Amino acid sequence: MAIQADNHRLRIAVRYLVLTLIAALFIFPLIFMLMSSLKPSQQLLVDSGSLRAFLPVGDISFDNYVMAFKRAPVGLFVINSLLVTGTTVILSLFLCSLAGFSIAILDWRGKAFVLSAILATLTVPFETIAVPLLLMASKLPWVGMEGFEFGWLNSYRVQIIPFVADGLTIFLFVQYFRDLPKDLIEAARVEGASWWTVYAKVLMPLSGPIIATAAILKFLVMYNQYLWPLMVVQEEGYRPVLVGLQYFFQLNTAWGEIMAYLSMITVPVLVFYLFLQRAFIASIASTGVKG
Amino acid sequence: MKHLTLTAGVLLASTALAGSAIAQTELSMWYHGAGNEVESAILNQIIADFNESQSDYTIALESFPQGAYNDAVQAAALAGNLPDIIDVDGPVMPGWAWAGYIAPLPIDEAEFADFLPGTKGIWNDTLYSIGLWDAAVALVTRQSYLDDLGLRKPTLDNPWSQDEFMAALDAAKASGDFDFAFDPGMAWTGEWYPYAFSPFLQSFGGDMIDRSTYLTAEGALNGDEALAFGEWWQSLFEGGYAPGTSQDGADRDTGFNEGKYAFSWNGNWAALAALEAFGDTVFLPAPDFGNGPKIGAASWQFGVTTASEHPEGAAAFIKFATQDKYLAAFSDGIGLIPATASAAAMSKYYQDGGPMADFFALSEGQALVRPVTAGYAVVAKVFEKALADISNGADVADTLDAAVDEIDADIEKNAGYSN
Amino acid sequence: MIFPSGSGAVPGPDLPQTDEKVTIMQREKSLTRSNGAGWGFALPGFGLMVAFIILPFFFAIWFSLTNQRLISPNPTQFVGLSNYTQLLSVGTILLEPERDENGATLRDDDGEIAYPRLRNFTRNNPDYPKIQGMREWFSWQTGPNDELKRVILAKDVVFMRALKNTFTFVIIVAPLQAGLALLLALLINQRLRGINIYRAIYFMPVVISIVVVAFLWRLIYDGNNGLLNNLLGAISFGVIEPVDWLGQTSTALGAIIGMSIWQAVGFHMVIWLSGLQTISPTLYEAAELEGSSKWQTFRYVTWPGLRNTAVLILIVITMQAFGLFAQVDVMTNGGPLDSTQTIVFQAIERGYGKQDISGGSAISVLLFLIVLSISLIQRYLTRERS
Repeated sequence: MAIQADNHRLRIAVRYLVLTLIAALFIFPLIFMLMSSLKPSQQLLVDSGSLRAFLPVGDISFDNYVMAFKRAPVGLFVINSLLVTGTTVILSLFLCSLAGFSIAILDWRGKAFVLSAILATLTVPFETIAVPLLLMASKLPWVGMEGFEFGWLNSYRVQIIPFVADGLTIFLFVQYFRDLPKDLIEAARVEGASWWTVYAKVLMPLSGPIIATAAILKFLVMYNQYLWPLMVVQEEGYRPVLVGLQYFFQLNTAWGEIMAYLSMITVPVLVFYLFLQRAFIASIASTGVKG
Repeated sequence: MKHLTLTAGVLLASTALAGSAIAQTELSMWYHGAGNEVESAILNQIIADFNESQSDYTIALESFPQGAYNDAVQAAALAGNLPDIIDVDGPVMPGWAWAGYIAPLPIDEAEFADFLPGTKGIWNDTLYSIGLWDAAVALVTRQSYLDDLGLRKPTLDNPWSQDEFMAALDAAKASGDFDFAFDPGMAWTGEWYPYAFSPFLQSFGGDMIDRSTYLTAEGALNGDEALAFGEWWQSLFEGGYAPGTSQDGADRDTGFNEGKYAFSWNGNWAALAALEAFGDTVFLPAPDFGNGPKIGAASWQFGVTTASEHPEGAAAFIKFATQDKYLAAFSDGIGLIPATASAAAMSKYYQDGGPMADFFALSEGQALVRPVTAGYAVVAKVFEKALADISNGADVADTLDAAVDEIDADIEKNAGYSN
Repeated sequence: MIFPSGSGAVPGPDLPQTDEKVTIMQREKSLTRSNGAGWGFALPGFGLMVAFIILPFFFAIWFSLTNQRLISPNPTQFVGLSNYTQLLSVGTILLEPERDENGATLRDDDGEIAYPRLRNFTRNNPDYPKIQGMREWFSWQTGPNDELKRVILAKDVVFMRALKNTFTFVIIVAPLQAGLALLLALLINQRLRGINIYRAIYFMPVVISIVVVAFLWRLIYDGNNGLLNNLLGAISFGVIEPVDWLGQTSTALGAIIGMSIWQAVGFHMVIWLSGLQTISPTLYEAAELEGSSKWQTFRYVTWPGLRNTAVLILIVITMQAFGLFAQVDVMTNGGPLDSTQTIVFQAIERGYGKQDISGGSAISVLLFLIVLSISLIQRYLTRERS
């Protein structure tokens, strides 16, 4: 028995070793970024050539953070990005899961065509449609505070609405719903549930993992937007974080401040991801092969 | 009735009072200085002074980060959302003027008679924009390097010839003290390549485009002089004198100041840092490759957009901003060359005997603006790629031919960019 | 269609399997047939996509058929397919070696056969109208004694190289990245204490800005004393010489591939993970009871349950790989000598850099057609066989 237990412990240890080695491979940029944000730009560059890049050595301080706030309205940019990103993610999860449910579960005329069209859009890089979209956005109507007005520039809606529905999110839900056991749906329908109930009360509660996946992926895409906000927002008040990053690329680039700024704007993403982690684990039951 | 009369009286009175406030028109202005504390501070000061000095107009400023500025303005132009006043980078201006975004400057050109030629944005013989400063490039090195390597110091009247320049690089390379003898700055992709390197081409006798007609690059970019330039350019990298396209950006920013390079081809915005790094930094004029030494010119300039409903107000602001004291202030702040000699005399770095006084003379004597054509965007990109490819070993003649073909095709596609 | 089996009594054991399946499917179909609900649920999302993606894309197609410039006072003109012919035109020529007066072939300083310069044929030469303005794409020796040179020319050599590089990238990255992501997902899907932390860490590269990633990988790949060179030198005791990974045409694309896989593998690991969650644990328990090995469990329990996820991943990775742009933009700018040129990079440089929106759109349309064809083939190959 003892030998078996030892073997068992050894195997666990080996697993942790493998996991940790791989982890080191993936985490070093984060460590570099955080450490560099504490160092003055000159030292940061010199340190980059060696292992010192990952150690908090030398002239450590929070000066870069203070200077970053002086150079750019960091808080404003983060709030803008979070507002745009949060709204888009919520709307997207809702509308895309609806469409995904419809395509995966229901049967209707024209479904194959719609799915094909949706998948086809995955091949279109954003830059291709950026200019036509810009021309559209400058002319679209909206009912705002002052009534009917044209043009969506310099607003939050122009950064949100065009991106609510996207092919990847819909496809994620389609494939996930296709994999869920059909008998649950059948049972609900037999009891006379409407399709809405099937969607909202049966399938969505089981969709923790895919909701979390779709949410984090969408969050990343929206949070890291650069080209589109640059084109449609001219007022500083609506700028998101990556446009703000450009404030730091002056003729004498202040790398320390850049690292500090990037560290700050990465925090919301990390928090959101860690928060969603629990949803990655299935709500049916935990799976996994027992070690 | 009495109540009504009282109300009417109050209304009339308040309208009269409001009248004078309404007369102040707000003009919007975009500038590329977001994130640059010094430039922003100076510009805000100018705006505040202007707003105070008269009561017809107030200027409202929106700052953009420099790296994203051109893209942002173009997108805004497409969407029909331009302000009254914008600043524009010199060589980009003809494209915007041709497209109808910038209007001719409603200021008499004579007002700018004593401005450096590079600061005046002239296209189709019309003045569209004016700059508060110019930027020049020089060969940065240290007097001690010259002494140690036994090299004569070139002057504006007596610059190095191609042979002397290569001999200097040979000496630096042979000494073994440096990573590389010469740093042209290949890590700075983008507008730096045409700005910094086309003067070499022009010094050989070639050019990016045939300036007599601006309708073709044949003969200019692929003629014998250009081929000679291409061969020389390639030799810099094949001979191990200069770091190539894989140069690290950080190395470019700080390499010279850390002693990695003997000679650096750099602009005077980086001069301040070089002066601080060493006590004996010197700025040498460009070598003469046969057609006279040349350096680039033209930096950011102010212009009035066609969307503006008050061009006279915009012009008034621009004229206000070009006073000598402001030119000197910008120069002191960011180290660039003030547009007039009188402003230079007031400035810290460019007055007689000042550490960068040489640059003023360089700009006056050697500066040649980049080609003044609305098709500059293509010319610049094509040229940049050609130089990068040549530096990586591509066949010089074929590369330059291909560049000429592309430029010519673009000009033809756009009906000669004429107006 | 229900085949009659006698008097309509309970189907006997000899009823063909297909009939039963057809019956079930029919029953399912009628259960789930609902045009109203179907369209109703899908329309909001699909409608937005039509408005904001599909419609602008049709605009882009329109642009590609014109000479639209980004900003221009000239009216736009319809030019038909000229943008496409400019991108895709190829030609060929057979070169004879240069000979001296006696007819013997001349050789240059390196001992290579000397050929007349192509520019004599392709520029200002009315005898060869079809290949004017073209450049050499690739060539090979042919003819008696291998003295003749068959040259394939292309109007837009840079675009051709972009095509080749992009395809190479996709072929290497798609299976490699999908496979590695699956391995990581399986690794992460264990019930170990603290596995959550590891899951978070493996996802880090996806979260970190490309600015930091590019900065660091430049340091790693640096030719003089980059971390990779130092590592290789240390492991091999100095046998392996430092390599300028990003500065050489032979290694630049590989360097980009390495960095791209590293950066995106966490993204797909997460998708695999969500697929793994749909596999019922009872299946695993059953497999364990029957004493199946790790590999058998994977092959018969896990993998079949991942079918749909696998299709998703394959399609998404392929499409994303075809869209390679950001890494090239910040690391190599398409160089050196077009060895890292990609389709999307060309599209953006044409459209925004050179202000030729019509050319950029044409490239995008070509990309769309390419990826569409490939994904159709993929879906055909991985279709459900009923």
